[in-house]
Amino acid sequence: MDVELRDIYKTFGAVRANVGITLRVPAGTIQGILGENGAGKSTLMKILSGFMRADSGGIILDGRPVSIHSPADAIRCGVGMLHQDPLDFPPMRVIDNFILGRKGGLLPGQAEAARDFKRLAEQFGFSLNPDSYVDALTVGERQQLEILRLLWLGARALIFDEPTTGISAAQKEKLFAALRLLAEQGKTILFVSHKLEDVEGLCHRVAVLRQGYLVGEAQPPYTTKNLVEMMFGKSISAGERNPCAGGGSTLILDNLSVEDYRLKVRDVSLDVCRGEVIGLAGMEGSGQGLFLRAVSGMVRTVGGRILAGGKDLTGKSYHAFKRNGVAFLPAARLEEGLVSGLNLTEHFVLSEPPDGFFINWEQGGALARERIAGFNVKGTPASTVESLSGGNQQRALLALLRDPLALLLLEHPTRGLDIESTIYIWSKLKERCKQGTSIIFMSSDLDEILQYSDRVLVFFSGRVTPPLDASMLKTDKLGQLIGGKGWDEFTTGKSA
Amino acid sequence: MKKNIWVNLGFQAGALLVAMLVTTGILAAAGAPPFQAYWSMLKGAFGSWDSIVTILISWSPLLLTTAGVLITFSAGLWNIGVEGQMGVGAIFTTGMMLLLQDTSLPPALIIILGILAGIIGGALWAALAGALKVFGGVNEIFGGLGLNFVATALTIYLVFGPWARPGVASMSGTKPFERELWLPTLPGTSLSLWALGLSILAIAAVYLLLRGTHFGLRLKAVGKNPKAAFLLGVPTWQYSMFAFLLCGALAGLAGAIQVVGLRHNLLPNISNGYGFLGLLVAMLVNYQALWAAPVAFFFVALNTGSVQLQINYKMDSSFAGVLQSLLVLLVLLGEGARQRFLGTARKAEPSESEIRNKQVK
Ligand SMILES: Nc1ncnc2c1ncn2[C@@H]1O[C@H](COP(=O)(O)OP(=O)(O)OP(=O)(O)O)[C@@H](O)[C@H]1O
Ligand SMILES: [Mg+2]
Repeated sequence: MDVELRDIYKTFGAVRANVGITLRVPAGTIQGILGENGAGKSTLMKILSGFMRADSGGIILDGRPVSIHSPADAIRCGVGMLHQDPLDFPPMRVIDNFILGRKGGLLPGQAEAARDFKRLAEQFGFSLNPDSYVDALTVGERQQLEILRLLWLGARALIFDEPTTGISAAQKEKLFAALRLLAEQGKTILFVSHKLEDVEGLCHRVAVLRQGYLVGEAQPPYTTKNLVEMMFGKSISAGERNPCAGGGSTLILDNLSVEDYRLKVRDVSLDVCRGEVIGLAGMEGSGQGLFLRAVSGMVRTVGGRILAGGKDLTGKSYHAFKRNGVAFLPAARLEEGLVSGLNLTEHFVLSEPPDGFFINWEQGGALARERIAGFNVKGTPASTVESLSGGNQQRALLALLRDPLALLLLEHPTRGLDIESTIYIWSKLKERCKQGTSIIFMSSDLDEILQYSDRVLVFFSGRVTPPLDASMLKTDKLGQLIGGKGWDEFTTGKSA
Repeated sequence: MKKNIWVNLGFQAGALLVAMLVTTGILAAAGAPPFQAYWSMLKGAFGSWDSIVTILISWSPLLLTTAGVLITFSAGLWNIGVEGQMGVGAIFTTGMMLLLQDTSLPPALIIILGILAGIIGGALWAALAGALKVFGGVNEIFGGLGLNFVATALTIYLVFGPWARPGVASMSGTKPFERELWLPTLPGTSLSLWALGLSILAIAAVYLLLRGTHFGLRLKAVGKNPKAAFLLGVPTWQYSMFAFLLCGALAGLAGAIQVVGLRHNLLPNISNGYGFLGLLVAMLVNYQALWAAPVAFFFVALNTGSVQLQINYKMDSSFAGVLQSLLVLLVLLGEGARQRFLGTARKAEPSESEIRNKQVK
C-alpha cells in the first residue's frame, strides 16, 4: 500500500511535535524514521495509526485521502502499529489475544482463527504457542504476536516504533527477516528508531526528523556521520572511560545470596571502590535484575552481608538503604520511577526530604527550574512526566537523585535513548563518579557495558563470574559468557 | 490551556443539561408538571428561613464525609466504608456520653469528650478497613462494605439491647440526653453553629492539606503510582493507613455531631446515607476540594427541596437521589466522551505549581 502523509502539524501546548511533515512511502518499502529523543517520531506514527489526531494535514492511502480517527479506523484502512512501550497485555491466552479486535459475532470462528494463526506463524518462522499466556511472553514474542494479529486483521502498512529495544539479538534477526519478507509481499513498513545500525542494515530509505521538522531523507549507501549530523544538527562523539577514583569502598558484598521462585544467585562477593562503575551483563532474567534489586534493599537476601556507605545494611528496608546513600533507578520509568499525573515540580518536591508541613512552592519551582536546566530536560516545571519523551523522562529521573550518593544502581539506564541522550546521561553519571559515587548498572547492550564499566559481572541462569576487568574483555568473549559458554575457567572456586 | 478550561466547562454544562432533560422526563412521566415541580422544589429549598436552616443542618455532616472521602480518594483508595465509620462514631459518642452523663463533670466537657470519642471511633473503624487492606490484602471496597453491615448491626443491637430506652425499645432510638448535653443551637432552630463551623473548618483543612502540604502531595503520589512513590522514598502503606485514619476521624466527627447536635440520641441509620452521598459529591467534583463545598450544598438543597414533591405531587422523596446519581453518572459520561473526542485526560487537579507559575509571570 502506498502511504502518504501530507503537511502534518501537531502541537502539545507550546511543544511543536510535528511541523508540516510530508512523507511518501511506496508499497513494498521499508522506510526508516530516524530522529533523536523527542523529535516527534512517535507522534507522527500515532497520527497515522489513529491514536492521535493531527491539528491539520492529511493522510492518503493508495492515492485516496482517508480520515482516520481511531486505531479501529486505521486498521480498517489497513494501517497497524506496534507501540514503543508494549501496551498492557491482559493475562489472556495467546490465541485469545490474537482474536481480540476482530469484528464479527460473539463467537468468532475459533478453529478457523487457530488455523490462520498457525499458518501465519509458520510463514514467518515464529514459534509461538497459542495456548500459553501472554504475560509469560518476552517482549520479542509479544511483538511477534502483535505482528501476526495485525496482519490477520488485514494490515497492509505496518508501523514499528522502536521495535529493537528490549529484545534479544536472535529475536532481532528474526524480526528483520520477517520485515524483509513483508516488504517483498508488497506491505509497507515504517520502522522508527534512533539506532543507526538497525536503520542502516534494514531500511530501503530513511527520513530524519529533528524537533518536529522533517530535515532530510537518505538512501543507501548511508554514511553514519551524515545521518548523525542530520539527527542532531552536529557531529558528536562518546566520552571516555575514567579510571577508579580510589579512596575506600562504597559497597562490600560478602557471600551475598538471593533467590526468587525461578532463580538462585549464590555467594557473590564484591568490593566496589569509590567512583567505580560495575556493569552487569547477561540475558534478560539471568539473575542480574534480582541481584541489583537485592543490593538496593528491595529484595530480601537469603544469605551473606551487604555493607554500603560504611554501614551494615543486611536485611534493612529499601528506605533504610536510601537514607544511607543508596539510590535505585528502575528501567520501567513510568511504571516504577515517575508518578503519572504529577508534574516535574511536584516530583522534585517529593524527592527532597520534607522541610516542614507546608510546601514552599516557590522554592520547589526554583529547584525544578534549576534541575531542568542542569539536566537539559525538554520540559517545564509544570509539565506532567507522562508528556515527556522517553529520553527526557530518563533525564528527569537522574535529576531527581539526591546529593550526595554513595551508590547508584541502574536498570538499563539508556534503554530507548538515542546516542546523544545516551552520551549525555553517561556524562552526568560520570560526573557523579568523580564525586565518589559508585555505579552498578545492568544493560543488554554489550557495547555500553564494555564502554562504560570498569569491571563487569556476567550472569548466566543465576551463575556469576568474578569481576572481570572491562578493558581486558573482548566483545566476543563477553557474548560467549552471556550465552553460557566458556564458564569452565570459573568453576574451581566460588563465584566472584 | 484557556481553551481547555472552556471545553471542560462546555462538556460539564452539557452533562448538566442532559441530566435536567432526563429528570424533566421522569417528572412528566410521574404525572407532575415539570416546571411547576421545579419551582416548588426551589421554593421548598430556599423559600423560607426554616428550609434554609434545614439545608445548613444537613450540609455539615455531608461536608465532613466528603472531606474524608477526598482524602482517601487522593490516596487511591475507594473507601466506601464511610457510612459505617460515621455510624461507629455515633456509637462511640453515645457510649461516652452515657458513661459520663451522671457524673459531676461540666456538660461542656462531656460534650467535648463525647465528640472526641466519636472521632476516635470512626478512625478505629476505618483503621480496621485499612488493616484488612494493607495487611490482609482485602480490597477496601469489600472490607468497607462488610464493615458497613457490621456497624449497622451493632447500632441496632445497642438500640434494642443494652442501650434500649427503658420500657419501649423502638426504631426511634435510645433515650434522648438531657438538654444541657445538647450542642447549643440558634434560638428557635436546631441549627448548631458549632457543627457548621467545625465542618467548614474540616473541608477547608482538607483543601489546604491536599493543595499545599508535603503530606498531601505524598498522599497523591501514593494514590497515582504506589510503586514509584515507594521508590521516591514515601513509606506507602503508612500513608494509606493514615488516609484511612483521617477519613474515619472526619466521618466519626460527622456521626458525633449527629448525636450531640441534632438527634441527641443514637438511632438506627444515624448515618442517614451521608457517607454514600459524600462519595457522590467527591466523584462529581473530580476530587477537587475547592468545589466540594458548593456541590455538597447543592445536593442537600436538592434533598430539602424534593420534600415538596412528596407533599404536592405525592412523589417519592427519593427523587432527589435519582437526580443526584443521574448527575454524577452523566458528568462522568461527559468526561468519558470528552476524553474520547479530544484524546486528553482531564487533570485530577490543576497542579499547584502551574498556578504558581502563572502568578509569577
Ligand atoms: N501526550 C503528550 N502531551 C504533551 N506533549 C507530548 C505528548 N506526547 C509527546 N509530547 C511531546 O512531543 C514531542 C515529541 O514526542 P515524541 O514522543 O513524538 O518523540 P519521539 O521522537 O518518539 O522521542 P523518543 O525517541 O524519546 O521516543 C516531545 O517534546 C514530547 O514531550
Ligand atoms: Mg517515541
